[in-house]
Amino acid sequence: MNQADLTDQDPIFRLKGNMLAVTVLELARNDLARLDRQLADKVAKAPSFFNDTPVLLGLEQLTAADAELDLGALLDICRRHGLLALGARASRPGDIQAADELGLPLLPSASGRERPVAEPQTPEPAEEPVEEAAPAEPPLQPTLVITRPVRGGQQIYARGGDLVVLSTVSPGAELLADGNIHVYGPLRGRVLAGASGNAEARIFCQQLTAELLSIAGRYKVAEDLRRSPQWGKPVHVSLSGDVLNITRL
Amino acid sequence: MAQIIVVTSGKGGVGKTTSSAAIGTGLALRGHKTVIVDFDVGLRNLDLIMGCERRVVYDFINVIHNEATLSQALIKDKRLDNLYVLAASQTRDKEALNKEGVARVIEELKKDFEYIICDSPAGIETGAHLAMYFADIAIVVTNPEVSSVRDSDRILGLLASKSQRAEKGEEPIKEHLLLTRYNPERVARGEMLSVDDVEEILSIGLLGVIPESQAVLKASNQGVPVILDDQSDAGQAYSDAVDRLLGKEVKHRFLEVQKKGLLQRLFGGRE
Repeated sequence: MNQADLTDQDPIFRLKGNMLAVTVLELARNDLARLDRQLADKVAKAPSFFNDTPVLLGLEQLTAADAELDLGALLDICRRHGLLALGARASRPGDIQAADELGLPLLPSASGRERPVAEPQTPEPAEEPVEEAAPAEPPLQPTLVITRPVRGGQQIYARGGDLVVLSTVSPGAELLADGNIHVYGPLRGRVLAGASGNAEARIFCQQLTAELLSIAGRYKVAEDLRRSPQWGKPVHVSLSGDVLNITRL
Repeated sequence: MAQIIVVTSGKGGVGKTTSSAAIGTGLALRGHKTVIVDFDVGLRNLDLIMGCERRVVYDFINVIHNEATLSQALIKDKRLDNLYVLAASQTRDKEALNKEGVARVIEELKKDFEYIICDSPAGIETGAHLAMYFADIAIVVTNPEVSSVRDSDRILGLLASKSQRAEKGEEPIKEHLLLTRYNPERVARGEMLSVDDVEEILSIGLLGVIPESQAVLKASNQGVPVILDDQSDAGQAYSDAVDRLLGKEVKHRFLEVQKKGLLQRLFGGRE
């Protein structure tokens, strides 16, 4: 790759989209005393988990029937038990206002509603929970079609779209796509579909002999894949829940 | 129009220099004015294989740094009038090579020669990169074992992405596979990858299969390119490879286990 010229014009930062799986502390009721007790129980059972673990506060289950939430006290409880609140998701206007006042970032709620408080925020979807929130719709990119062999050490990334390889993918080569990946030659390299977190992405290949398969960060390496009866066969790979499903085509 | 051929592999010790010497000599034998350039600066061997080590005065690096002219540095082969060697420097290292210098020397050689064979060093660093950068044709030398095949694959990737042709978006470098140190007995015993295995993994055209042969070591030690030993299996295999490089259709030999019969010995293997 070319060496970057470190001139004045060169940006020293990049804004990058990123998908992180994050734990959501979802509050069913506004009962902080009980939360405190129950958290203490949890900490006793799994102390290693509560070690400055980042969490997202889910306040959407609270209804108008619940009393007004003391967000400051909730944050205190979290901090005491080793949980660091990254932000909150809330639906009640009171909670939203409280979060704003405390400077706690508000994230779009799981149902996709945007936060009604207008405040400029950097487009950093890092804290967006993978399992619930629908990722922002990426603009449709044309499919990247590769007709020559992809050799070891080469990396091909179809940003924001699908990748189709009509030739061989050698061991040590890496295919990445935000969408689906299709390989019509022998597949011996690494394949990562849904590279920025799209769990709906799939992998299709004519001959499964890959070093690694991954969809939205869930992966299987050759050591596991070789034990599959589908090894060497034309297959299609999809993600259901946390499990990579390998199905014969 | 001069053709620039890089003989490369990624991995060391697979037979790049032996192949460069044999193919360069083979082209000259067929009447093409040829120069073989040693890019392995600091670990020069080509002069030994070509048997001209005692006549090296100036080298490739001297020409690049304008310390000598090309005609001073070119060493004429004793056996063939139309064959020349440009030796590498033994005292410098690969950093002494630079793209502008190499480009200038190659441009100059193109005026005079039909074929310029660039004998690449092992690795994927400066020396190997510059040896392949200006190539029109690549001969990827591979041994039938997994690490060599993997390295060749890596080199093929670099040929397709880091060469001048790739950078300018021109027609890609023509890639040929030369399988060396092939031992059909060991393939039959499952100790070595077969031609088909290697061809399948690398998916490029097969230029030739050079059998593992005592003749190669003997030729290297004597400083005579093995292709000149036309009694040897390796010499004949290189000869076939050169014919194929020039566009002739020649059937591959030495791929099967040979019965050690006297008649077959006399008639030079199968067919």
